[in-house]
Amino acid sequence: MIVETEGLTKRYGSNTVLSGLDLKVAEGSVLALLGPNGAGKTTTIRILSTLTRPDGGSARVCGFDVVREAAAVRGVISLTGQYAAVDEEQTGRENLVMIARLRRFARGSARARAVELLERFDLVDAADRRVRTYSGGMRRRLDLAMSLVARPRLLFLDEPTTGLDPVSRTTMWDAIGDLVRDGVTIFLTTQYLEEADRLADRIVVLHNGDVVADGTADALKNSVGGTRLDLSFGSAEDASRAQAVVGGAVDELMLSVPSDGSATHLHRVLDDLLAARVSVLRVSTHRPTLDDVFTSLTAVAA
Amino acid sequence: MTASLTMAGRSIRLSRRNLDLVIMAIMLPVLMMALFVYVFGGAIGHVESYVDYVVPGILVLCTGYGASSTSMAVADDMKKGVIDRFRSMPVSSFAVLTGHVTASVARNAVATSAVVLVALLMGFRPSVSIVSWVLALGLLLLYVLALSWLAAGFGVIARTVESASLLGFFMLFIPYLSSAFVPVDTMPAVLRVVSEHQPITPVIETVRALLTGQPATSGWLALAWSGGLLVAAFGWATWLFSRINRR
Repeated sequence: MIVETEGLTKRYGSNTVLSGLDLKVAEGSVLALLGPNGAGKTTTIRILSTLTRPDGGSARVCGFDVVREAAAVRGVISLTGQYAAVDEEQTGRENLVMIARLRRFARGSARARAVELLERFDLVDAADRRVRTYSGGMRRRLDLAMSLVARPRLLFLDEPTTGLDPVSRTTMWDAIGDLVRDGVTIFLTTQYLEEADRLADRIVVLHNGDVVADGTADALKNSVGGTRLDLSFGSAEDASRAQAVVGGAVDELMLSVPSDGSATHLHRVLDDLLAARVSVLRVSTHRPTLDDVFTSLTAVAA
Repeated sequence: MTASLTMAGRSIRLSRRNLDLVIMAIMLPVLMMALFVYVFGGAIGHVESYVDYVVPGILVLCTGYGASSTSMAVADDMKKGVIDRFRSMPVSSFAVLTGHVTASVARNAVATSAVVLVALLMGFRPSVSIVSWVLALGLLLLYVLALSWLAAGFGVIARTVESASLLGFFMLFIPYLSSAFVPVDTMPAVLRVVSEHQPITPVIETVRALLTGQPATSGWLALAWSGGLLVAAFGWATWLFSRINRR
């Protein structure tokens, strides 16, 4: 386990941000911490990256205790925070060389590493411009590049695409995907279910400082119910006649029937209704999304 | 060591690119000197001799003010994500502060040179002894280091850059309650007691004595104040910085 926490707690005054968080992350995996604002996502990342001390419980990163062996933890992690941590008045290249020097690269190899990363993140043209002139997407890419100067084993990404336009978001996702293929373990927080769905092997939903769900995207979706068919009718009478034939639940002009999502099942339902001379206006298949998971979990927990 | 040098390079680059700061750091002392010499100088004494009197005071005022801008640079870092990046890296925790203090010394060196140059043009005729100059500049360096570390500490605890700039405001006014512009024995009794015993007075008196070829009678006192302040401020600032993670 590259990350292991036990009973992690953190309070700010009377406000409990984490109430006994237990979390294990396997090396080489991508974990997404999902939750509404104030759920404790950022606090968790801050504790694991040695920026904040927990009030109780313990946390180990690569086997090192985050409080007692903070220096060792810092040697194996990188953090890309919620706000691009770049110097506005330095150029992209200067920012990268600075980090490389702080990571004890010799002068020449620091410059070489900067060039490598500028190329990899498509920032060569902007390399010698001050970051102040960069777009939001360029800033995030530079931010990520700065986190990769020393090839971390574990990378923390706190809301990596918040505020980005769709194109920049896809570019960031591709870049994160490349890292996963290189074997970097990724621990990310996000408010976007689509992002968690796309990037993460495992999703942990946090609510009020506690884990309310933990599993793969599919497992979480299945937990709120399977696929269903939504059939619309011209009248409430048709809808209730259809219910008598195929079962399900009626809501005004709509009948929802549980389904396995297969074409065979759809065929059978429509054939049965045709035989009973009930005409169906429209059919749609509804698969649960992470939004459904999120809404049901946070609604129950609240 | 590399970390501190890299951070110093960063801070110097950042302050060089902050044009407002550069202009303020140089223009302000130069304008104040012109104001005192030409506007008040005639009323206070003879313009020619007043230049010699006031330049050391201006030097101490402008270095104090310049050093205090360290608090703004540090506070600016503290509220940005960049401090989290540095703190999550295996870099000695106070290299960030050392960088800002080094940049402060560099800024003050430029400002001091500008003030001395303009002062010479205005008729400042200092002592020509190299030893006196070295001693005077050495004391100024110690004073700048002490105030820069003090400012760095304020920068760590300040909630905003604006509140961090308050220190500069104080450093701009405290020298008025000293022998910087007028001899303290011209002041009412209460102010005189304050002015005679505040730490800036011996520093100004010593720099003035050294640059005008007088015996520097308050030299040890100035050294003790500046050295003591440096040790205390350095300890305070690094202690504050190491405690950020408890928040």
